[in-house]
Amino acid sequence: MEGNFITTKFNYILGWARKFSLFHYPFVTACCGMEYMSAACAHFDLDRFGAGWTRFSPRQSDMMLVVGTISHKLAPVLRTVYDQMTEPKFVIAFGTCTVSGGIYDNYAVVQGIDKIIPVDVYLPGCPPRPETVLDALIKLQEKIQNQEQDWKWKKRKS
Amino acid sequence: MEEKKVISELKEKFTDRIKETTSDFGDDTVTIDRDFLAELVQFLKQKPYEYTMLLDITCVDYLGREPRFEMVYHLLSLSAKHRLRIKVPLSEKNLSIESMSSIWKNANWLEREVYDMFGVRFYGHPDLRRLFMYDGFEGFPLRKDYPLRKSQPRIKLRK
Ligand code: SF4
Repeated sequence: MEGNFITTKFNYILGWARKFSLFHYPFVTACCGMEYMSAACAHFDLDRFGAGWTRFSPRQSDMMLVVGTISHKLAPVLRTVYDQMTEPKFVIAFGTCTVSGGIYDNYAVVQGIDKIIPVDVYLPGCPPRPETVLDALIKLQEKIQNQEQDWKWKKRKS
Repeated sequence: MEEKKVISELKEKFTDRIKETTSDFGDDTVTIDRDFLAELVQFLKQKPYEYTMLLDITCVDYLGREPRFEMVYHLLSLSAKHRLRIKVPLSEKNLSIESMSSIWKNANWLEREVYDMFGVRFYGHPDLRRLFMYDGFEGFPLRKDYPLRKSQPRIKLRK
C-alpha cells in the first residue's frame, strides 16, 4: 500500500480533539477574577492551549472556571449553571476560596465548591498566579486525554 | 486631648441630654439616649454645623454588658471638614430605634444592613427587609452569640 494514511485509536483522537478545544465559561465572583483576566489575555494567553474561547453561555461551554468566593446565597445559581452545561463538562476550582472556602471560614461562604458540584482540578492560591492557571489547564488536558471517553453521552453521576 | 468646639457647644446647649463625650485620638464622639437622636441629628444638620453627610450606620454587640448593643452613626460636615460620631446604647429587651431614612436617604440600606446582621428594628423604616442574607436565614450572624461556623445552606450539599 502507498503511504498517506495513519492509524490511531478512536479514544485517543477524541481525547486529543477535546483537550484542545475547551470553550470556557468564567463564573467570576471576586478578586481571583483579576488573575483570570490576566491569564486569559495576551501576556499569558490561554489560547495557546486551545482554551481561548470564552463563551458566556453555559450551553456552549465545556469547561467552567469557578473563580472567586461562592457564598451560600449564590450556591443555587452555580448549581443551575453547572446543570445547564452540556456533556462532556469539566470544572476547575480556581483559587483557595473555591477549593476550601479559604480565609472565609464563616456563616456566609460555601466551604469548597465540591460541596455543590463535582470538581476536576483544584487550583489553590490566593489568588493563583497565571502560570498556575496554565498548569491547572495542562493538568486538565492530561486528564481529558487519559480518561475513558464517553462518546455515547452517558449521564455523568454527580 | 483638646476638645473640639462642636462638642463643648453641644454640651452647653443640651446639658444632661448628652450622656458622655470623648475625643480619643481625634475621634469626637457623643453618647445619647435614643429618644434624643432625631432631634440632635436634625440640629446638627442645620447651619452652622452642617453635618449633612451620613457616612455609616453600624452596631456593636457587647455581649455580657448591659445595655448589650450600641448603635453608631458617623456624620461628616463638608463645610467644617469634621467627622462626628454618635453612639446610642440599646438594651436587648427593647432593641429598636427610630429610622433615619427620612433624614438621609442612604440610611435606608444602612439600616437594612444593621437589621440583617444584628436584628435591630427601625421604626418608621419604609422597607425593613434583610439586605445581604437570603430569605429563610435564621438568626443574626454578626451577633456574638451566633455560632462562628454555623452556615445555613439553601440547597442540599453533596457528600
Ligand atoms: S482565593 Fe483569595 S484572591 Fe481568590 S477570590 Fe478568594 S480571597 Fe480573592
